[in-house]
Amino acid sequence: MSVLELRVVSKVYGQGAAEVRALDQVSLSVDEGAMVAVMGPSGSGKSTLLTIAGTLEEPTGGQVFVRGADLAGLSRNEKARLRRRTIGYVFQDYNLLPGLTAAENVSLPLELDGWSARKARAAGLAVLEELGLADRAERYPDQLSGGERQRVAIARAVVGGRQLLLADEPSGALDSVNAEGIMRLLHEACKGKRAGAAGGRMAAVVVTHDAQLASWADRVVFLRDGRVTDQTVPAPGPESLLTQGRPQ
Amino acid sequence: MAGVRFVARQLHTEYATRHDTKLDSVVSVRHALLALLSEGPKYGLQLREEFEVRTGEVWPLNVGQVYTTLQRLERDGFVESDGAGEGPQKAFQITDSGAAELAGWLRLPPDLSSPPRDELVIKVLVAIRLPGVDVHEVIQVHRRYLVQLMQEWTRIKESSAESDVNLALAVDAELFRLDSVVRWLDSADGRLKRAAVDGQIRPAGQVQPDRAPLPKQRRRIGARG
Repeated sequence: MSVLELRVVSKVYGQGAAEVRALDQVSLSVDEGAMVAVMGPSGSGKSTLLTIAGTLEEPTGGQVFVRGADLAGLSRNEKARLRRRTIGYVFQDYNLLPGLTAAENVSLPLELDGWSARKARAAGLAVLEELGLADRAERYPDQLSGGERQRVAIARAVVGGRQLLLADEPSGALDSVNAEGIMRLLHEACKGKRAGAAGGRMAAVVVTHDAQLASWADRVVFLRDGRVTDQTVPAPGPESLLTQGRPQ
Repeated sequence: MAGVRFVARQLHTEYATRHDTKLDSVVSVRHALLALLSEGPKYGLQLREEFEVRTGEVWPLNVGQVYTTLQRLERDGFVESDGAGEGPQKAFQITDSGAAELAGWLRLPPDLSSPPRDELVIKVLVAIRLPGVDVHEVIQVHRRYLVQLMQEWTRIKESSAESDVNLALAVDAELFRLDSVVRWLDSADGRLKRAAVDGQIRPAGQVQPDRAPLPKQRRRIGARG
């Protein structure tokens, strides 16, 4: 089942001579258990695509569906609920609250959604443990390394069994070994191997300009000047490489 | 692991430059064998096995290549055989001058100073002025293909145990190499877009006025290969 679907989505800022077409008739479907990377240069519309998928902005044309629900038909409150319960965000600069411990950061979205403090904490600690951060639960963000902070941010994004994970350059601030750890984690979350498994498999959209990170995804979509220009075909097994030639 | 070896055989030469193949066939194997022999005397078959294990089985080696290389090393005085047997029964050991050669090689910077003749660079340069060809589309075809190769390599790394450091290192080397080609394509894409806006790129057949001859330094680029 498709967790996220964009149908001919456009986003235009400004009018007349100042008009900027950030997204131009983009269609994209992401199924449960799939990790899709969106690759493109700065200004190609990657971040706009993510904010629209995350219901933070509305498209000027086209439709967005999250788990089959047309976002255009949802009230403000319903969208807010969708953001709390279904969608998780991961940012390049982590965006953890500095005055809260790792465990408090992770359980906060559940508490905001009406969970009791005790239950929210238990769920938060469980996800931290799954991500190998049990011994970091009582630390504040400034007592954690960059890689640990991002893993806490991922825990916060998947806690409560959320189904759609949106990540904007999630490992952009990390060295390559830590960056690989983050991508491995996101990929495993989609495959139901780690966090999020309780609520079924997740779908993830990861925006990046880095080919090494994008190569962790099941599918890579290329964006250029607001348009989807191309995408990778599913990787063949090693056997099929026998007959595969160079691109013509 | 057979799958890994197979993929490597297919992919290693794709998007390779002349430098890569030259280093691979002439220098690396020779010195890798010296490195293995510095641990003690070994047989040819044993050397092949150990070479493959230590390179994460990403670079396969045939046994003929091992014996040819050993013969040359012996001729150059870098190894000596015990002479006890023929062929597979023959054990080799490193000599003092072989050890010195190995120590020198480890610290010798690879020859990266002159640009290799890179097929992809030539294709893009040709595509710029070819009528009816969109150079950005050509760039994207290669970019997609490269990213697909990188996905393959990443799958190999993912499916192997995290503890298989040798394989991870060898796969990383391939990923970084392919990544650098993607980066070059990204940069070429952006540069050509800007050049088109500035009117620096004209369709084929149109003479560019006031075109000064290329400085000597620039003409030399790409000449080697």
